[in-house]
Amino acid sequence: MDSQARPASNSVNRSLHRKPNLPRNRWNVIFTGLAAFFAATVVLPLVLVLAYVVIKGASMMSLTLLSELPPSPGMTGGGIGNAILGTLIVSLIAALIAIPVGVGGGIYLAEYSKGGAFASFVRFGTNVLSGVPSIICGVFVYGLIVATRIFFDQSYSAMAGGIALSVLMLPTIIKTTDEGLKLVPQELRWGAIGVGASKFITITRITLPTAFKPIATGIVLSIARAAGETAPLIFTALFSPFWPEGLFSPIASMSVLIYNFAIMPYDVQIALAWATSFVLVMMILVMNIFARYVGSLNRI
Amino acid sequence: MNASTTTTHSVPSAEACLSLQDVSISYGYGKNVAVNHVFMEIPKGKVTAFIGPSGCGKSTVLRALNRMNDLIEGCSLKGRVLFDGQDLYDRRVDPVEVRRRIGMVFQKPNPFPKSIYENIAFGARINGYRGDMDELVESSLRKAALWDEAKDKLKESGFSLSGGQQQRLCIARTIAVQPEVILMDEPCSALDPISTLKIEETMHELKKTFTIVIVTHNMQQATRVSDLTGFFNVTSLPDMDGKVGCLEEFGETERIFNSPVQQSTQDYVSGRFG
Repeated sequence: MDSQARPASNSVNRSLHRKPNLPRNRWNVIFTGLAAFFAATVVLPLVLVLAYVVIKGASMMSLTLLSELPPSPGMTGGGIGNAILGTLIVSLIAALIAIPVGVGGGIYLAEYSKGGAFASFVRFGTNVLSGVPSIICGVFVYGLIVATRIFFDQSYSAMAGGIALSVLMLPTIIKTTDEGLKLVPQELRWGAIGVGASKFITITRITLPTAFKPIATGIVLSIARAAGETAPLIFTALFSPFWPEGLFSPIASMSVLIYNFAIMPYDVQIALAWATSFVLVMMILVMNIFARYVGSLNRI
Repeated sequence: MNASTTTTHSVPSAEACLSLQDVSISYGYGKNVAVNHVFMEIPKGKVTAFIGPSGCGKSTVLRALNRMNDLIEGCSLKGRVLFDGQDLYDRRVDPVEVRRRIGMVFQKPNPFPKSIYENIAFGARINGYRGDMDELVESSLRKAALWDEAKDKLKESGFSLSGGQQQRLCIARTIAVQPEVILMDEPCSALDPISTLKIEETMHELKKTFTIVIVTHNMQQATRVSDLTGFFNVTSLPDMDGKVGCLEEFGETERIFNSPVQQSTQDYVSGRFG
């Protein structure tokens, strides 16, 4: 080893200049480089996926794309209007089911449960449910609703798809409501109860509005996540090359359209799949930005 | 006057508003007794102060007076608390109704995340107030000595006020419900001396309309605002775990501070203790 690298500790005129050859300085450089490499690797898929989707899909954007039905195999032109509308309908059904149930469950956990066995069980179950693969939600709803033809003897339907997505959204909404309500200072509840508010009034007029931001953010994010799910919809909403016919008929959705068209041997369909990917990614992006906006709202 | 343990002190004149009869309060499903055998007659239209060292149960007793202790899991009360001749802990009593007639101001200012106007209107509205809301808001703010400072920003958030103003807003909010009794749990402990002074002035005004019970750590405050003072103390009882609070002495403020009967009261008010 270089003797200069290890000067005697009692040396009188020991230089304070940085010596790049010292082992600690070399290790510093190596680990900084390593961290930078991994940081770049992390960002890479993020940028690449977005860039690829934008490059492949954005060029197709037109009013026709957003408003027309997909073409038959072998034909050209057409759009994905039915899939966009279908995704909106299915997500709306899912939200209408999951928001009341999820917020209600969160209110129960945070405001009513007294930390007993049942509440712990619900909290644990919520965590498990949030880790359940989405395809299992699909199979579950398939077995529960589609295979049994429970709705007007219909098998695949928009309603079944919405229910499958709502199962996926539930844990997020329950958790964000629970956590959001727990952040509300206890003194506020006392204040409301101290002026003679009942528990119901306290929750609906004071506690819930105070926790509006985290709850709304959680809801928007969960909708954004559900809107892009494919697996649960394949088994439940199926697909339809036509405009939505009703809540109890099979319905098109963007994610299933991508799944179906991307593997077809026709260039037109593959291009439509890319365009759909672009629309879907943009929709999810907009919802995420909206969630951030909701989170930054300054209510009185 | 009773000798020995019960330490009840009848207060001359004035009809009783709240009457505590052998009240014992415990936490943790009866495991920890916070305060034992309290007898007390709180008269109408007076300011009654609770003083005593930390952990003596004075806040616990205060919260028992409008059933705020119901919110604490495992808290239970033995004995009777009579208000207007009715037992507050009777099974048929609705705690919400109790709190509408016995309001409370808390230690930390806790305005609702609403506008100043809405902070005051909230309580009145949920209590079914049908009159002129603007008028009620103004009169409540005036009684709480906050009108001059807040009249130009009624639409602004309650949080835009300073700590002392927030506490007066909380007092105004309590007044707006038009209760008969106002309980105050160390209302000035988070405030500076000037805000404290303003709140004390407010209390002198409020005394004309309301019965006030205040818990305070500040003995000067007790002498300044109260007509009657109850001194709570902590003692270790041989047959129980830990320490237990009890009402040591209760009487006119002047007598408690100048010629207390109990030695412990004498020690506490003269600063030789606690």
